[in-house]
Amino acid sequence: MYSQAKRLSQLALSPVLLALTMLSSGAWASNGQRWETNMTTSVTEVGQKIYDLHMLVFWICVAVGVVVFGFLFYSVFAFRKSKGAKASSFHENTTVEIAWTIVPFLILVVMAWPATTTLIEIYDTDDADIDILVTGYQWKWKYEYILPEGDNISFFSNLLTDKSEIYNTAEKGSNYLLEVDEPMVIPVDKKVRFLITANDVLHAWWVPALAVKKDAIPGFINESWTRAEEIGVYRGQCAELCGRDHGYMPIVVNVVEQGEYDQWLAGKQAEAAEIKELMAQTFSMDELMQRGKGVYTRSCIACHGANGEGGVGKAIAGSPIATGEVAQHIDVMVNGVAGTAMQAFGGQLNDVELAAVVTYTRNAFGNNMGDKVQPIDIYNFKKGQ
Amino acid sequence: MGAHGPAKGLTRWLFTTNHKDIGTMYLWFSFAMFLLGGSFAMIIRAELFQPGLQIVEPEFFNQMTTMHGLVMVFGAIMPAFVGLANWMIPLMIGAPDMALPRMNNWSFWILPPAFALLASTLFMEGGGPNFGWTFYAPLSTTYAPPSVTYFIFGVHIMGLSSIMGAINIIATIVNMRAPGMTYMKMPLFVWTWLITAFLLVAVMPVLAGAVTMMLMDIHFGTSFFSAAGGGDPVLFQHVFWFFGHPEVYIIILPGFGVVSQIIPTFSRKPLFGYDSMVYATASIAFLSFIVWAHHMYTVGMPIAGELFFMYATMLIAVPTAAKVFNWITTMFKGSLTFETPMLFSIAFVFLFTVGGFSGLMLAIAPADFQYHDTYFVVAHFHYTMVAGAIFSMSAAVYYWLPKWTGKMYNETMGKTHFWVSFVGFNLTFFPQHFVGLAGMPRRIPDYNLMFADFNMMSSIGAFIYGASQLLFLFNVVRTITHGEKIDDPKVWDGAHGLEWTVPTPAPYHTFTTPPDVKEVEAHG
Amino acid sequence: MAERTDKGIFYTAAKLMAVCVAMFAFVFVVMVPLYNVLCDVLGINGKTGGRYEVTENIIDTSRTVKVQFVANFNEQMPWEFKPNTTVVKVHPGEATNITYFARNTQPRDMVAQAIPSVVPSRAAEYFHKTECFCFNRQPLVAGGEADLGLQFIVDPDLPKDIHTITLSYTIFDVTEMAQPQSDSVAAR
Repeated sequence: MYSQAKRLSQLALSPVLLALTMLSSGAWASNGQRWETNMTTSVTEVGQKIYDLHMLVFWICVAVGVVVFGFLFYSVFAFRKSKGAKASSFHENTTVEIAWTIVPFLILVVMAWPATTTLIEIYDTDDADIDILVTGYQWKWKYEYILPEGDNISFFSNLLTDKSEIYNTAEKGSNYLLEVDEPMVIPVDKKVRFLITANDVLHAWWVPALAVKKDAIPGFINESWTRAEEIGVYRGQCAELCGRDHGYMPIVVNVVEQGEYDQWLAGKQAEAAEIKELMAQTFSMDELMQRGKGVYTRSCIACHGANGEGGVGKAIAGSPIATGEVAQHIDVMVNGVAGTAMQAFGGQLNDVELAAVVTYTRNAFGNNMGDKVQPIDIYNFKKGQ
Repeated sequence: MGAHGPAKGLTRWLFTTNHKDIGTMYLWFSFAMFLLGGSFAMIIRAELFQPGLQIVEPEFFNQMTTMHGLVMVFGAIMPAFVGLANWMIPLMIGAPDMALPRMNNWSFWILPPAFALLASTLFMEGGGPNFGWTFYAPLSTTYAPPSVTYFIFGVHIMGLSSIMGAINIIATIVNMRAPGMTYMKMPLFVWTWLITAFLLVAVMPVLAGAVTMMLMDIHFGTSFFSAAGGGDPVLFQHVFWFFGHPEVYIIILPGFGVVSQIIPTFSRKPLFGYDSMVYATASIAFLSFIVWAHHMYTVGMPIAGELFFMYATMLIAVPTAAKVFNWITTMFKGSLTFETPMLFSIAFVFLFTVGGFSGLMLAIAPADFQYHDTYFVVAHFHYTMVAGAIFSMSAAVYYWLPKWTGKMYNETMGKTHFWVSFVGFNLTFFPQHFVGLAGMPRRIPDYNLMFADFNMMSSIGAFIYGASQLLFLFNVVRTITHGEKIDDPKVWDGAHGLEWTVPTPAPYHTFTTPPDVKEVEAHG
Repeated sequence: MAERTDKGIFYTAAKLMAVCVAMFAFVFVVMVPLYNVLCDVLGINGKTGGRYEVTENIIDTSRTVKVQFVANFNEQMPWEFKPNTTVVKVHPGEATNITYFARNTQPRDMVAQAIPSVVPSRAAEYFHKTECFCFNRQPLVAGGEADLGLQFIVDPDLPKDIHTITLSYTIFDVTEMAQPQSDSVAAR
């Protein structure tokens, strides 16, 4: 486990470790290891080629460095005035100058060749088995599986790490800041194409082990693809500054067997169908409160606090909205408040979730309105707008 | 010799048109900005000392990274080299002053208000700029805090200052050289500055154009960077980097010049390959205009574009390598001593080359898909900018301080400053290569535990490096107040060039009658 | 040799200032239009050209290309917006019609602008729109609905290695921008 003392003691050893890891670069490169000094090894063929390219260029640099720095240190040590060195006066040599223009150029060609072939491979446009539309939001990701039958499956993927870990009141887990409530799931050995875009500002979708990094640009789509060859959980982060919580929008991809993927997808589809059905139902107060608490924890807590005390967002406890007219409360939830950080959740949460969280916030944190909001109310509100 | 000395009191500085006074003011201003930008960096490193949020909130952290970059690039490094140019170029080419002395006064005096404006945004409602020093739209337009308008105004003023400074430098070099001082006799510092000044004239207006477009998008309803009205956020990046890439050479080229002056002096041997140094500098400047999109490999360019920018970028390694070889060959078979300026210069060659290697790695487009926007990039550009620009600037100060003040700095303290800087710098930035490769994105206030160890090292290094700059300040101030007086015009026994023919300290007016250059070996 | 005269200095400075002004103008007069042209030609960001005029009518029945449709929303755009058909298979050269469904969920009249983007971006220049709702801003009254039409032709010259084209529309709320009048946006 993570402890201060241990880390400090390892820090003292760091020069040794540094030397060791540099010598064995690559050998240590498993996923998420401490003292990692090298690029994450990839579980895709293209990613492995990128890794090899990186190592090739690295070793060429090391070799050139040994020669150049050798020359530098030799000159510094051998021609010291204190050792009685007398200065020569030569200051030109065309042959030498031409040589050290041509040799670096040839070395560059050696690097450019594999770089070009790898790049061409990355730009491959063969059909994919699965297409996933990835949308960056401030500050979460939305994944939409584009299914041939038309009923796309879509969900948001939020940071799961608790505020208490971030603010150091609880111990940090090993996946600190790299864990989400709902990961992307893809099958192993299948070509998966990502269509990447953004809802608001620029983001970049990056999973090192899948060797995918692409900017998400509002209004336009970019594409990238992967074919994971190993089952596992791969983690990444947003790689383009996107505002306050740029550091808090991780990416988790579960690579599973095809069978498991099919099962997961079927489950998602059933869930969607169930939600459709739930929309028509009425719920008891307890059910709404229970669901609402879950929604609140996922979607609201970051800004409004665990006890509705507020933070970035306004306090919910005793708030004029949560204790005011139901219609206005629903309006704020569905449409957001323009010019503030309060987003429009109408498109992010389904009607059941919206109903539950409105009910919950009206009846929690000391608010005691006693009224229930049903999915049908949300539906009617949206319809009536 | 000058007929009269400087005016007395504050008005001397306010109304001065003397290149030495203005140079001095530039240097002090840039040092103040260096400390300001440095303190922002200390806040960043303090927050990153451990995982979790301890000191600042993410919103403020973003303001710190943004302001650190802006202040260091536009407030510290660029004005420092302009100050050096003001002091040294007239002395090196045998001119009595800069060509446009009144404009020179203006170009300095609009800088402090520009930075006061920029710094004041931190206290405004909604906070200061928080969109990174690259201020990509739409984060810097639609989503920017209200203070962005002041930021734009500030950038306009500092851009104007740079342009005026550059025009002045070119006009001086082209028109004010002493008889016999042909172009190919000019010291390399003058050459690198001439090329830098042309880069400034060409690209600072592009920056002004970029921020003007932002201003119009924010206030006048245009849609340059918004898809909704037919624009494109990616256009911003193209315009910005069309400025931004030459900008990084603007930052480093004068440093090349400084090192090319110092290494021959302490090697007691002429600079090797003077002509090729000039051509290499010019080719680097030319290439800098056709490589901008290597900052945007992940933006989704057509493959032909990626390949073009990759090849062009890799080509930069050729002239840069030639320069490094020239410096080392200058030392080869010399008679070397290791005073503080020489130590900083050797470290410059060494560390800048390390930064060049990581730059070459970053140039490889497929590999850049993994490096882009990680700490690997942060490590790379600090190796080129800190070890490049700041180290060469430190070397320059130690090298010419005796000429400026007529007093010798304390060598022990100078060497201590060097070694502490060297260790602190490497401790800060070398581990950043590792965390970057391992997957840590840049511009994040908090990180996973696997990055914790190297980040702690990095922070400790940063505090050491920061503290060493206070020693630098102390040494300079002590030299001015208590330094050992010297009056040898040459100061360093291996030095060559016109600046070493004037008395020490350099009088208020020099070269009022042009020197005869044939007698003096101009460029060592 | 240099002219160490005020005149020489003046001319140098004047020339340099002219360069500055020219470079500032360069951004607006050259870079922006050039970028747009390059986008159209190279399909940067998958931008497609404006209205396409059919010149010849060759249908390549030997080949079938899959065209996928997706919908995206910008910011808080609250409309309902989705393709009525998510995928069609077409022969290059053949004109195909599809529709997107849009509904204004708000109690106020709104105007939307749809921005098209195609992947792979290499396909963008071979994807021709003969009719498209994205050529104009789309106003909808409060609660109003509409089926928005698109007619397109995949160029027979589409590179052989491209088998799937994905067309995305992102809708933006341009109600405020459209205040004066809802004109068409040029060359969308």
